Amino acid sequence: MEFISQPWHWSISGAMIVVVMFLLIYLGEKFGVSSSFRAICSAGGAKKWSYFNYDWKSHDWLLVFVLGSIIGGAIASTLLASPQPVQISDATIQDLAALNIAAPQTLSEGAGFVPQEIFNFQFLTSLPGILMLVLGGFLIGFGTRYAGGCTSGHAISGLSNLQLPSLVAVIGFFIGGLLMTHLLMPLILG
Amino acid sequence: MKLLRFLLVGILFGIVMTKSEAISWFRIQEMFRFQDFHMYGIIGVAVVGGAILHYLIKNGSFKNINKEVVTFADKPKTYMASLIGGTCFGLGWAMTGACPGPLYVLVGHGYWVVLVVIGSALLGTLVYGILKDKLPH
Repeated sequence: MEFISQPWHWSISGAMIVVVMFLLIYLGEKFGVSSSFRAICSAGGAKKWSYFNYDWKSHDWLLVFVLGSIIGGAIASTLLASPQPVQISDATIQDLAALNIAAPQTLSEGAGFVPQEIFNFQFLTSLPGILMLVLGGFLIGFGTRYAGGCTSGHAISGLSNLQLPSLVAVIGFFIGGLLMTHLLMPLILG
Repeated sequence: MKLLRFLLVGILFGIVMTKSEAISWFRIQEMFRFQDFHMYGIIGVAVVGGAILHYLIKNGSFKNINKEVVTFADKPKTYMASLIGGTCFGLGWAMTGACPGPLYVLVGHGYWVVLVVIGSALLGTLVYGILKDKLPH
């Protein structure tokens, strides 16, 4: 059990993602999570717009997969919880301290995988909180569906199937991510 | 019964995302600051392993559980959409420290404020669907 509970080496993690991708292909589907947003909007009654006027039940398997991932998260955070905080580099800890974000803590001390300064409802009542969580979420939904995929569909499924549009999308992911991390976030959190 | 299999694969995915620490806002910040190899190692192994998987499946007439020969559809060659949409997603990924898969997994961890992020993502999807024909692809 201890072998599973401790944080996994990146090579094990990467290999396990390939296992998940293989299982989805074997079951007749493919690895790509952001399509679930489209399916939920369609199931929720957005069919008057043509993008959502499709048979969302063809994605019922993905909605069940997503439900499973929530359960998996609950299992991993309880039965398989690591006793250590996330082991990020000292350089990152120092950079984040300049943004008033404390170093990672364990779940019993603080908020575990996420910074407690950001992931709380109190922060949502401030402008930086609305930008980080509400605008951030909006851009994830808008951007992944515009690009036609997210980390799973483009960066992993697409790149490993040698798809040029996926490489362009991943370049976009980094343009946006680097712009936010190095230029915009210091303005939002500073 | 068929859907139960996807539930089990989803549970495995939730555990993998957690134990890999790919769901951690801190790890995504570290990645965009190029301060550790961790996330690059995960994605790199997944892409190289996935490429081998795709190669073996394409060249081996691999049949899925429904006894169908597996084929892979090409991604649409809408490069403007990939670039602009991808950049929008990158901005959001750096802010929330989560891509769509980890967003769901974080809910399972009991970070309830992430439900607001998912709600916003659904709103973003809705707006894309409404504007789709007016946007460059």
